[in-house]
Amino acid sequence: MPRNTRPALKDNLRETALFNRRLLVAGIGVAILMAILISRMFYLQVINQAHFSTLSENNRVNLLPIPPTRGLIYDRNGIVLAQNQPSFTLTLVPEHIPDLDATLARLQDLIQLTEADIERFHRYRRQKRRFEGIPLRFRLTDEEVARISVDQYRLPGVEIKAELARHYPLGKLASHAIGYVGRISENELDDINTANYSATTHIGKVGVERYYEDQLHGEVGYQRVETNAQGRILRVLERTLPKPGKNLYLNLDSRLQKIAEESFQEENGALIAMDPTNGAVLALASMPTYDPNLFVNGIDSASYRELTSSIARPLFNRALRGQYPPGSTLKPFLGLASLETEALRPDHEINCRGWYKLKNDERRYRDWKEEGHGKTDLSKAITESCDVYFYELSFELGIDNIHKYMSRFGLGKRTGIDIRGEMPGLLPSREWKRRTRNQPWFHGETLITGIGQGFMLTTPLQLASITATLSQRGQRQTPRMLYAIQDASTNEFNVQDSKPLEPIQDIEQDHWQTVIKAMRDVIHGRTGTARGIGYGMQYEAAGKTGTSQVFGIAQGEEYVEEDIAKRLRDHGLFISFAPVDDPRIVVAVIVENGGSGSSSAAPIARKIMDHYLLNQDPPHEPD
Amino acid sequence: MSLTDSHQLANENRISAGRQLLQRLHLDLPLLIALLVLAVIGGFVLYSASDRGTDMLIRHALRLLIGFVIMVGIAQLQPDTIRHWSPWLYALGLILLLAVLAFGQSGGGAQRWLDFGLFRFQPSEIMKLAVPMMLAWYLCITAIPPSPKRLLVALLLLIIPTLLIARQPDLGTALLIASAGFFVLFLAGLRWSFIVGALVALTASTPLVWNTLLRDYQRQRVLTFLNPELEPLGSGYHIIQSTIAIGSGGIHGKGWLNGTQAHLDFLPERSTDFIFAVYSEEFGLLGVLLLLFFYAVLIARGLMIATQAQDTYSRLLAGSITLTFFIYVLVNIGMVSGLMPVVGVPLPLISYGGTSIVTLMAGFGILMSIQTHRRLIST
Repeated sequence: MPRNTRPALKDNLRETALFNRRLLVAGIGVAILMAILISRMFYLQVINQAHFSTLSENNRVNLLPIPPTRGLIYDRNGIVLAQNQPSFTLTLVPEHIPDLDATLARLQDLIQLTEADIERFHRYRRQKRRFEGIPLRFRLTDEEVARISVDQYRLPGVEIKAELARHYPLGKLASHAIGYVGRISENELDDINTANYSATTHIGKVGVERYYEDQLHGEVGYQRVETNAQGRILRVLERTLPKPGKNLYLNLDSRLQKIAEESFQEENGALIAMDPTNGAVLALASMPTYDPNLFVNGIDSASYRELTSSIARPLFNRALRGQYPPGSTLKPFLGLASLETEALRPDHEINCRGWYKLKNDERRYRDWKEEGHGKTDLSKAITESCDVYFYELSFELGIDNIHKYMSRFGLGKRTGIDIRGEMPGLLPSREWKRRTRNQPWFHGETLITGIGQGFMLTTPLQLASITATLSQRGQRQTPRMLYAIQDASTNEFNVQDSKPLEPIQDIEQDHWQTVIKAMRDVIHGRTGTARGIGYGMQYEAAGKTGTSQVFGIAQGEEYVEEDIAKRLRDHGLFISFAPVDDPRIVVAVIVENGGSGSSSAAPIARKIMDHYLLNQDPPHEPD
Repeated sequence: MSLTDSHQLANENRISAGRQLLQRLHLDLPLLIALLVLAVIGGFVLYSASDRGTDMLIRHALRLLIGFVIMVGIAQLQPDTIRHWSPWLYALGLILLLAVLAFGQSGGGAQRWLDFGLFRFQPSEIMKLAVPMMLAWYLCITAIPPSPKRLLVALLLLIIPTLLIARQPDLGTALLIASAGFFVLFLAGLRWSFIVGALVALTASTPLVWNTLLRDYQRQRVLTFLNPELEPLGSGYHIIQSTIAIGSGGIHGKGWLNGTQAHLDFLPERSTDFIFAVYSEEFGLLGVLLLLFFYAVLIARGLMIATQAQDTYSRLLAGSITLTFFIYVLVNIGMVSGLMPVVGVPLPLISYGGTSIVTLMAGFGILMSIQTHRRLIST
């Protein structure tokens, strides 16, 4: 290292002066730059303080919606039909998961994941955004929650959410009436108030759950929360509680419903029991039925395939959507029309030889009873279900009158029950035939319409509805599932009064009486077609059997011999009400391929009436 | 002599006794007070920035203590001794830098450390002091201003370590070392024409520097600085969140420990390079002015020491150390408040961090040595 020599030529004063000048310049530079820093701070902290405060507040505070609790559904006796159960859901947030497959594999080690779970997860994943939680497994057991919690530190993006899940404690019972909720679909998003549903995951899909969605859902609540940069909630600053959905009390009597469903045993079919005075639907069965719990969190495709491919079509709501020829159950109504229009005199008698012929027509229209009924008037024709009498009656009445009177009862139109998807049935007319087939009406078609065959189609609900109208001598009611609405927060209980429809006024009391008497004899008369159910009956009931032909096999269905054999058999129908003098219950039953109505459908109706009229508890009102 | 007079005398005696003690310990009172105040402020901010973490605070205090001991130790040295060791320290630093290049530890994509088992050492820290010492030593061999030939050699002595550090890459330290060297040259009377010429040349060579010298992430930082919204969740996120923190602090601040930006994790690197944002959010403009005041005290005192120094070497070194200290403050606050691109420079005495605090204290030790070893002309 060179020796530190002080150069001789150094001029200390000059050097000092130079240095001090330079240091002054530097000092001024420092001062200027300091001033710039301070003005920057002034600009940020004073001039733009409000702006940055807002940004900071936005960083900090998030508005989070809180879902309202869905209203419960009870039957008329206060038995729970739909409730909310606390449930743990395993949720994955893909954004926070470094390796999805590895995470899934690790979870697989901890808990049982079915292929269906993973398939559903991937399906939801396509619909959701990356930062949204996607459910993988629902209804975790306590043990599963514990297993995952222990390992959670190794599983970023895996969360366990506590939710309330819809549960139908009665399972398959009345599922066609109650319906079910499911995850909100893309299409449904268009129809709902998205703000009110911002925290809601499920929506009513069918049945009462769907129809009364607005009542059941409630109103969303909000909480203002402080979040960190990762969006994790640190504390709640303010909370607006959600308004819970309203509780519904249905007219349905779940015990009656149970008896109805059990009465069908292995048969397919439908049953409606109504209170004719107010339209209250006491039982609504469509057999076979299904477990709505399967649908709540997205049914797996195997179960769904099983339900949809079943030849018995358990998802099909026969009570509202099944359209069947009414068969002879239509006869009392045609009898009324005839009395009213005087198409035939009430005491008009025919001699039934087992068949009927139109003039200028070689075709023989046959009676179900080959040997014929002999001398038959209207009452006997109803009681014994004489087809020949009704061929003549229909011929005299004409299709225009048939259409007119049946329309008054509401056939060919939806009843307006508070469940969606009801079918209108079909009430043929000249105009209808010209419009749809471009053909004139033929006399022969009037004859078969008169015994409830041909083009005529009715739903079981319509049959129940027109029977109720008949039992009330023209007073019409809309069938209704809902009995009362209860405000879940105030417990205020509001019975929903029925709104009667315009009654059928222009039918004389005597005529009602004549027909109802004939229907009474169907059960209580010596020759009545349903006298089999009349033995030992402790009340007087009126009814009418029906049997409707099944035409061919629908297209595209597989030919399975034993199925076909069964499926070619007639549908058995029965309509009834009781007690005759003061009707409190109407029952309409159809047993698909059950053979005659008297043997298949009528006994079911008897069980229902027995239970309702003899062991009935009054509707329960909660306190 | 009245009673009051005797009191006054006693007081004066006590004061001069204190001064004598400081003089004997070779400590400078204004520097010492400003340093202690800043250290206390730094402790409070760090406690808040680390979410009331005492671990970090203790480690920070320990480093400050080590730095303080080193400062006091260096202050005992004669400025001549320091000058004498300048070339040796420079040579050692250069060798270590080359060693880093050869065997250095990689961390975060950069090769900056030498691992000595017990501690990791960053040789670039040595150069922060060794470069201005070397340049001052070299320029003082002859008279200032330096001849063109000397200037060229001096530039070479400056550029070699700067490039080595920039390659690591450690843009912040390279910038500080280049500034320290430049300040020596500037104070030694580097001609204005040369300075202007160099600035023009630098501007002209920007594309070349851009394309060859800078790494991708450094380019990204500059681009992000020019438009933070370009990448609001990427590198622009730092700047956006720190300006929000500063701006939302307002005049009075949100109060100690109440900065939401900091405590809700919105501020990255909040205990190191971005600690100023935490401070300004919680203490507002008033707090910032207080902080800048004490920095100004340090700088003013440093410049004063430089003018009062008795030889050119001491003047150049004291001036350079003081101005470089200001560069720390300027660059850190400038980048955190969005005035400059993000360059990794800590806020002196406040930021939590490694060896830089020891280097800073060593620098103040040199200043104190220069100040306290003057042969007072008046006596």
